[in-house]
Amino acid sequence: MAPAITLAAETQISAANTGFMLICSALVMLMTPALAFFYGGMVRVKSTLNMLMMSFISLGIVTILWVLYGFSMAFGNDSGGIFAWNSDYVGFTGIDKDAIWDGYTIPVLVFAVFQLMFAIITPALISGALADRVKFTAWALFIALWATVVYFPVAHWVWGTGGWAFELGVIDFAGGTAVHINAGAAALGVILVIGKRVGFKKDPMRPHSLPLVMLGAGLLWFGWFGFNAGSWLGNDDGVGSLMFVNTQVATAAAMLAWLIYEKLRHGAFTTLGAASGAVAGLVAITPAGGAVDPLGAIAVGAVAGLLCAMAVGLKYKLGYDDSLDVVGVHLVGGIVGSLLVGFFASGEGQSDVKGLFYGGDASQLGKQAAGVFAVLAYSLVVSAILAFVLDKTIGMRVPEDDEVAGIDQAEHAETAYDFSGAGGGTSRSASVPAAPVTAPAESKKVDA
Amino acid sequence: MKLITAVVKPHRLDEIKEALQAFGVHGLTVTEASGYGRQRGHTEVYRGAEYTVDLVPKIRIEVLAEDDDAEQLIEVIVKAARTGKIGDGKVWSLPVDTAVRVRTGERGPDAL
Repeated sequence: MAPAITLAAETQISAANTGFMLICSALVMLMTPALAFFYGGMVRVKSTLNMLMMSFISLGIVTILWVLYGFSMAFGNDSGGIFAWNSDYVGFTGIDKDAIWDGYTIPVLVFAVFQLMFAIITPALISGALADRVKFTAWALFIALWATVVYFPVAHWVWGTGGWAFELGVIDFAGGTAVHINAGAAALGVILVIGKRVGFKKDPMRPHSLPLVMLGAGLLWFGWFGFNAGSWLGNDDGVGSLMFVNTQVATAAAMLAWLIYEKLRHGAFTTLGAASGAVAGLVAITPAGGAVDPLGAIAVGAVAGLLCAMAVGLKYKLGYDDSLDVVGVHLVGGIVGSLLVGFFASGEGQSDVKGLFYGGDASQLGKQAAGVFAVLAYSLVVSAILAFVLDKTIGMRVPEDDEVAGIDQAEHAETAYDFSGAGGGTSRSASVPAAPVTAPAESKKVDA
Repeated sequence: MKLITAVVKPHRLDEIKEALQAFGVHGLTVTEASGYGRQRGHTEVYRGAEYTVDLVPKIRIEVLAEDDDAEQLIEVIVKAARTGKIGDGKVWSLPVDTAVRVRTGERGPDAL
């Protein structure tokens, strides 16, 4: 009887962990609108709404795909370390509401919705590189295709039982490879196909609202606690707490590193630098925060802040238009965090693996490099192919005159800000006639 | 009549307004403007990308005055607007054919 009782205790749902994970899921959900503001403030006024919508639409598309087949592709039964499938997960029809996620103390449904939020934000991250110039329909299709052939399989490689990177022992606590390197490499692949914004390197392209950028960065930082600490799927052994602390510590270090670098290099502490440094730190600690101690987290954050601050200038030298530095921050930050696990793993966090600076050998560094390279190469190539196919069929870019006049009006028929107190000279269009005085019901409809 | 136009530093607006009120001017028009003179612009840096911002924020003040008052009024504005540093702006005047007060239809100096 004793083993059976032990088994029953192990597989019981923990109300505490389940509640914690539901809150973490909501926190990660908030990161996608936060990202929308972070990116939205960085573009010019005329493409603000498009930038917001490129992130926001992912909440719609990926959610549906995830329920239909995404969860099955990412966390179904492994086949060959590459693919996964479980027909019970299709449409969530075979998932009982109290079924337990194998090996943990939370329901399958809770695990599925937590992972969904990661699948939503990852394609949204790519959008920052494509500012001002991509047809909304093409972008929506790209998200659907990219999630299907890149994100779902890569999530399986990295986190799925039987996934090759998972079984190899690549440490990626919350998505340094699966989320950030994946999105950063995809961004690079797409921009190499679709090209630069009109006026890149010639016209000034200043952020139109740094307060929005700061708001977005602040909300990202907040949501990231769910993203990172929640990735242990419970907190019975304190690893989730360690991750939470390291998230704060590394982000602080990265923000300071970026600010000091730009003060020395360009002469001012900028708000954009503070926001960017914080995000770089969040990215870098994402794979590493369960394996390093808080001093190691300072090192990870500081190195990421410094290297990302240097990397964002590369696009002007190399001539690719990574508009809002998805490559410079997410790809570079993800690589830094993933590789530094091989140096700073303390052996006292999520596993007993020690990095080079903590008395370990280079074997973990080798595994980390394998994970980094495989995800980078796969995502870069497949994303470029997807963009190429979409470009040759429906076209990826809006016409040049629409891009110059502003993609908001061309693609969304809206303007982000009405600066005119007098109403900007707008009048009702002929297709929406003013309602007659005798028909109040209809006039309500017009106003709505 | 004369139309006096001043394009000056935004933070001098309150001083100019007070000086004009003390002089007896009852109305003026203020708009936000941008431009440059010898001051030129300044440099801004975003993630290491340097931008030279040529156009500097200014305010543009317009006042209608009777011919006899115009010279003195210009002096009042210039005195109130001056900081002595580069970028203080310009003040000029133009002859005006007519002016009408919309509410009453009064014309000429009566409309001021």
